[in-house]
Amino acid sequence: MAKYALRLFALVYLLFLLALPVGLIVWRTFGDGIGPVIESLSSPEAVHAFKITIVVALWAVAINTVFGVGMAILLARRRFPGKRLLNALVDLPLAVSPVVVGLALILVYGRYAPVGGWLEGHGIQIIFSMPGMIMATVFVSLPLVVRAVEPVLVEMGEEQEQAAHTLGASASQTFRRITIPGIRAALAYGVVLCLARALGEYGAIAVVSGRLVGQTQTLTLFVDERFQNFEEQDAFAAATALALIAITTLLLTKLLRPKDGD
Amino acid sequence: MAIEVRNVTKTFGVTPVLRDVSIDVASGSLTALLGPSGGGKSTLLRVIAGLEVPDSGTVTINGIDATRLAPQRRNVGFVFQHYAAFKHMTVHDNVAFGLKIRKRPKTEIRKRVAELLELVHIEQFADRYPAQLSGGQRQRMALARALAVEPQVLLLDEPFGALDAQVRKELRAWLRRLHDEVHVTTVFVTHDQEEAIEVADEIVVLADGIVEQAGSPQEIYDNPDSPFVMRFLGPVTEIDGRLVRPHDIELSDTPLPDGATATVTRIVRLGFEVRVEMSLDGRHTWAQITRGAAERLNLAPGDTVHVRPTADARLIPAGAS
Amino acid sequence: MLAGNRGTGLGLGVSMIFLSVIVFIPLAAVVWRSGSDGPGTFWRAVRTPDAWAALELTVGASLIVALINLVMGTVIAWVLVRDTFPGRSVVDVLIDLPFALPTIVAGLVLLSLYGPTTPLGIDIAYSRIAVVVALLFVTLPFVVRTVQPVLLELDRDMEQAAASLGAGPLVTFRRIILPNLLPAMLSGTALAFTRAIAEFGATVLISGNLPFQTQVASVYIFGQIETDNPTGAAAVATVLLIVALVVVVILDLIQRWGARHG
Repeated sequence: MAKYALRLFALVYLLFLLALPVGLIVWRTFGDGIGPVIESLSSPEAVHAFKITIVVALWAVAINTVFGVGMAILLARRRFPGKRLLNALVDLPLAVSPVVVGLALILVYGRYAPVGGWLEGHGIQIIFSMPGMIMATVFVSLPLVVRAVEPVLVEMGEEQEQAAHTLGASASQTFRRITIPGIRAALAYGVVLCLARALGEYGAIAVVSGRLVGQTQTLTLFVDERFQNFEEQDAFAAATALALIAITTLLLTKLLRPKDGD
Repeated sequence: MAIEVRNVTKTFGVTPVLRDVSIDVASGSLTALLGPSGGGKSTLLRVIAGLEVPDSGTVTINGIDATRLAPQRRNVGFVFQHYAAFKHMTVHDNVAFGLKIRKRPKTEIRKRVAELLELVHIEQFADRYPAQLSGGQRQRMALARALAVEPQVLLLDEPFGALDAQVRKELRAWLRRLHDEVHVTTVFVTHDQEEAIEVADEIVVLADGIVEQAGSPQEIYDNPDSPFVMRFLGPVTEIDGRLVRPHDIELSDTPLPDGATATVTRIVRLGFEVRVEMSLDGRHTWAQITRGAAERLNLAPGDTVHVRPTADARLIPAGAS
Repeated sequence: MLAGNRGTGLGLGVSMIFLSVIVFIPLAAVVWRSGSDGPGTFWRAVRTPDAWAALELTVGASLIVALINLVMGTVIAWVLVRDTFPGRSVVDVLIDLPFALPTIVAGLVLLSLYGPTTPLGIDIAYSRIAVVVALLFVTLPFVVRTVQPVLLELDRDMEQAAASLGAGPLVTFRRIILPNLLPAMLSGTALAFTRAIAEFGATVLISGNLPFQTQVASVYIFGQIETDNPTGAAAVATVLLIVALVVVVILDLIQRWGARHG
C-alpha cells in the first residue's frame, strides 16, 4: 500500500512541476497550427538570434573542449602542488549565479574597466559584443567537459599510454592514437552537455551582451524580449524550439552516457 | 653486459623503494627479479624501462647511459601484468603499433605481424579485439607487440600474475622456449620462486629495496647467503638453531652420531614423498623423505626417531637476517 | 602518475592562465569592487533595505526549497529505483529536463501554467510562492541524481538480514537504509541550495520582481548593473559567493564524513 502511495506522491509532484508546464507551452505554441510557429521563427530577428546563439555556443564548446581535455589530463595523470585546490576550483563556475558571471566580466573587460579599457583602445570590444558573450558562455559551461572526461581517464589507467611509449610513440602520437580513442564516448557526452548549456544560457548573456536586438540577441534573450513586448506567439515559438533542443540533448546524453564497467 | 644498474635509489614520498641497488644482466640471458611483494622489483624494472626516473644511480643499456633517456628512446620492450592492450584496436593493429609509429612500409608490417602472431600462436585472432581473447592469449599478444620492434631488451612485469595456475605453468614453459628461440636479453619480475627457478638463467633476489643475492637458480637454492634467501627460495626447517632443507634430513630408528632425538607428531603422505612432522626439543620440525625410506622406518605418531642433517646439507644459523 | 615533468609545467601554466582570465580574475574583481569605494561601503550596500530584503528572500526561499527537495528528491529517487511501472524510464529521462532547459524557458513555462492565463485556475504569479515554485523546478534533479546511484548500489543483503532479525519495513528504512543514504541526500540538498540562491532566469518572469516582496538577490544585482551601480551589485554578489563557498565547504566535510563511515 505504501508503495502505491509513494508512487502517486512522486508522480503527482512531477506532473504538476514538470510535465504540465512543459506540455502546456508546447500545446499553446501549436494551438493555432504550425503555420504561425514557422512564421514566428522565420522573422529576421529570430533567424539572427538563432545564428548568434549557434556561433557563440560553438565557440564556447570548442574552447571548453580543448582546455577541458587538457585539464582533465592534468588532473588525472599528473601530480603537482595545489592539485586539490585546482580540482575544487574547476567546479567553481557551477556555484556562481549567472548574473554575477556577467558582472564579473564587465568589471574586468568592460569599456571603463582596466583590461577592457586597454583592449578598447586597441579596437577590441569585449562587453556588449561577441567575445564577451563567448567568454560568459565558456565560464558557465567550463566544468562540464573536464568532469565528463576525467573519471574515464582515471579508470582507463596509464598503462596503455606507457605501453605506447615503450613501443616508441611520442607524446603527441600516444595522445592521438591511444588517449583520444579511449575517451571518445565520455568526450562526446561532455561536449553535448556543454553544447546544451551554451545554447540555453540566459542570465550571464543578458548582462554581458547589452541585449541589442538584431545584434547581440541570442535565442534565450529573444524569448525574453518578445514576451516583454507582448509578442507571445513569437516568445512561445522560440521557447518551444529551445525546449525541443533541450529534450534532444537529453536523449543524446542518455545514449552517450559512459556505461559502467567496460 | 646488456644491462648495468649501478647504485640506484628511488623513494616514493617518504618510503625508500630501492636502496643503492646494483645488478648486471648478461646479454642474451633470461633473468628473474624475485622477491616478496613491495620489495622493489617492479620499480627496478620500470627504472630500467624508463617509466620511472631514479633519484640517484645509473642505468646503462648495451653500453649507453640510459638513466635520463625517455622510454621511447631506449628500445626496450615492456610487457605489463595486466597486458595494457590497446582496447580499441584489433590484435593485428596492437602488434603492428610500434612498426606503424616507425613508419615502416605496409607490406613489411603485414609480414612481420603475421610472423609474430604465428610465433605466439594467436594468428587466428588477428582481426579480433583484445576483449575477445582469454587472459593467456592477451598476454601472448602483448609479448608479440613488444617483440615486433626488435627491442634490445625485453622486460616483463609479473607477466603471468593475472592468469590461472594452469595457464601460468603453460606460459612459463612457453616463455623459456621462446627465449631459447629468440635470444633477446630478458628480465622478468616474479614473486613466485618456483617460476623463477624453472624459467631463469639468473635470479636476483630483491627484498625491501636491497639485493639479497644474485646467481643461478642452482647456486641460490643450494648456497643461500642468508636465512631470508633460504626461506624464500624453498622449504626450510630448523634443527639445533640452524636452518636446513627438509629433504636434506636423515631419519633413523637407531641413534646417529651428532644426531638429535625427536618425537613424531604426524605423518603426511604426499604422493611420492612423505612428510614427517616432529617435535624436537619442544620445537616443531619436519623432514621430507622418500616413500621407500618411510616404509623402511615404519614410523607412527608418538614414535621416537633420530634426526641428523645429511652430510652435504647446507646449513645456516637461524639468527635474524 | 608522472610528477614534475615538462608537460605538467606547461599544461599547468596554460590551464592557470585560462582559468584566471575567464574565472578567477573576474570573480576577484567582484569581491574587490564590493569594498572599493571606501571602508563600510560593503556593509552599507548590503544593508540597503531592498538589497537586504532580496538577500533574505533568496536565502529563505532557497532553504525552503532545499528542504522540500530533501524529501521529494529522495521519494522520487526511491520510486525510480525500487518501483516499476509503465513509463518509468521516460520519467527517469525527464528528471534531467531542468538541467537542459534554458532558465528563461522554465520561467515562461511555469508562468503559463500558474500565472494569469492559467488553465488550471491556479494563479500564483507575482508572489513569493511563485519564487519557490520556480526554484523547485530548477533544483528538481539535484537530490534525485545524487541519491539514485547510492540506492542502486545499496546492498539488499543488509535489508534482508534486518528482516530475518525481525525488523519491519519502517524500522529497516530508518535504521539500515536511511543512514546509508544520508550523505548523498545531504550533498544533493546542499547542491540544490547553491543552485537556488543563484537562480535568475526562472524567477525573472513569474515573480514579477517586486522589490521587498518577490525580488531575489540575482534580480537585484541585475537591476543594480542596469542602473549603473556596480558597487551595490558587487556587494550583494559577494555575499552570494560567500554563502555558496560556505555551503561547498560544508558539502566537502559531509562527503568526507560519509566516506569514513562508508
